[in-house]
Amino acid sequence: MATLSERILGAPAGEYVDRPVDRAYVHDGTGVLTLEAWRALGSGTIACPGRDYVLFDHIVPANTSTTADLQHELRGFAIGAGMHFSDIGTGICHQLMGEGIALPGEIIVGADSHTCTLGAFGAFATGVGATDMAVIWASGSTWFQVPRTIGIFLSGRLRGYAEAKDLALTYVSRLGMDGASYRALEFIGEGVAHLSMDSRMTLCNLAVETGAKTGLCYADAVTVEYLESFGKIVEPQAPPACRYEQELDIDLEEIVPVIAVPPRVDTISPVSSLSGTPLDQVFVGTCTNGRNEDLLRFASIVRGKKVRVRTIVAPASRKVLEDAARTGILAEILSAGCTVVPPGCGPCLGAHMGVIGKGEVCLSTANRNFRNRMGVGGEIYLSSVSTAAASALAGEIALPGGEE
Amino acid sequence: MRLEGRAVCLPADIDTDLIIAGRYLRTKDRSIWAARAFEDLDPSLAGKIRGSVIIAGKNFGCGSSREQAAVALKEAGVVCIIAPSFARIFFRNAINLGLPLAQADLPCRDGDLVVVDFSAGTVTLGETTTKIPPLSPKMLEILAAGGLVEHWRKRG
Ligand code: SF4
Repeated sequence: MATLSERILGAPAGEYVDRPVDRAYVHDGTGVLTLEAWRALGSGTIACPGRDYVLFDHIVPANTSTTADLQHELRGFAIGAGMHFSDIGTGICHQLMGEGIALPGEIIVGADSHTCTLGAFGAFATGVGATDMAVIWASGSTWFQVPRTIGIFLSGRLRGYAEAKDLALTYVSRLGMDGASYRALEFIGEGVAHLSMDSRMTLCNLAVETGAKTGLCYADAVTVEYLESFGKIVEPQAPPACRYEQELDIDLEEIVPVIAVPPRVDTISPVSSLSGTPLDQVFVGTCTNGRNEDLLRFASIVRGKKVRVRTIVAPASRKVLEDAARTGILAEILSAGCTVVPPGCGPCLGAHMGVIGKGEVCLSTANRNFRNRMGVGGEIYLSSVSTAAASALAGEIALPGGEE
Repeated sequence: MRLEGRAVCLPADIDTDLIIAGRYLRTKDRSIWAARAFEDLDPSLAGKIRGSVIIAGKNFGCGSSREQAAVALKEAGVVCIIAPSFARIFFRNAINLGLPLAQADLPCRDGDLVVVDFSAGTVTLGETTTKIPPLSPKMLEILAAGGLVEHWRKRG
């Protein structure tokens, strides 16, 4: 039987296909180069502006006049061309596309590597570069090589403070940074049913850290209910019994809080083995862990206490921020001494709003800890939200719930 | 298509942040990317890669989708990149910019002469010739046109 990628792309693994895309998006970073490449094409056409999205999230609000000029030009272009446009403060592109836009069975391309996040909805969602995107703007379609698929079977349920992020870091470490190159990851098994959409997005978000083209979950009752809350009515996708190129079994009961040690995402250690590592900054947010569920978890741990290290919280979208304000958890996060920055990527890419200095150590809930990413000479440890919260309170790496 | 250059050796898992750091992305000036290529790995590298064939370890170009990484190497004058595997977005970006890539696991010595022959499907390093998997016909077409933009313009 065909895998979900094969079903959506309509051809067996290994084949090259040309396909129209259902949604195509860029952000303020990659949009600039896309616009340049599109102009170089010289055709002047935008095939389907109604399928194109331009979402400002990377450096928002603009930090320098160069950034402001580039954003000014792209904003004017997007609006003029009739594309969907989201300005500063609305949120991270992958999160916004995940708030009722991406639907099961769609082909989605984004000019950002973490487009794979949207595989959580049972869509075939993958990242492309700026020149590819320019041709997609002009023609409405692109080519794909249908990927082979690695099946990741999840059983049981997560326990205690273990989160989808710990599960994600665990599968990345088991596959390695190129263990799934050119492949798709499919998350299947009864364990998936216990994961919320927020958690599934975290799971699929890290697929690209194994080199994968995308990570997918079949749309089920959880997906249907989530999309219904955004007014979208969809059908579940039945997972077939298919043979995967490679299979990986993960028992969710065995997942424990882990940390990816700099500078590799695939080098993990249990949090307990790093307890006491001094920190200069804690960052909670990003397309990996800036959602509702994440802020709720964070607030439940810091509620009524004070953080002992500078702590930056960036909600993934305006909706997440509004929900946090409505339910009162925003006030709790602020009272704990955290700095809340506008919805968007925040300091994740080391451009502004929390760049770290030489020799500084940051514990972040993001997906990458490459050398110098958040600032030259700084080091990044990656963890779940609960670990970040416990560590913020301790001022050093600490196990959520305390040492056993 | 036949290319040649002197080998520059790099390790495995070179990510796009290392190829061009995030702090240089807010510009459209390609010469800046070329001058800052590999800065965080070795600041002297950018000056040495013109006319070279990079021979790297596996998973070259992993990480962010930033096309500036491929642009930087193309602008800096890299002739071809050879690695056992490439991150897929980097792979697409490079081909789209007309920067050829070849898949092979080769022992590397800085300065050795490397000849890549895409028509014959071989890489020759010193005395040794190794087979490389062929690129898809579409990719060869794009490379022959000098990149996706030119390919599109020709198609019209
Ligand atoms: S939050 Fe970080 S990883 Fe996610 S899109 Fe923004 S910069 Fe990229």
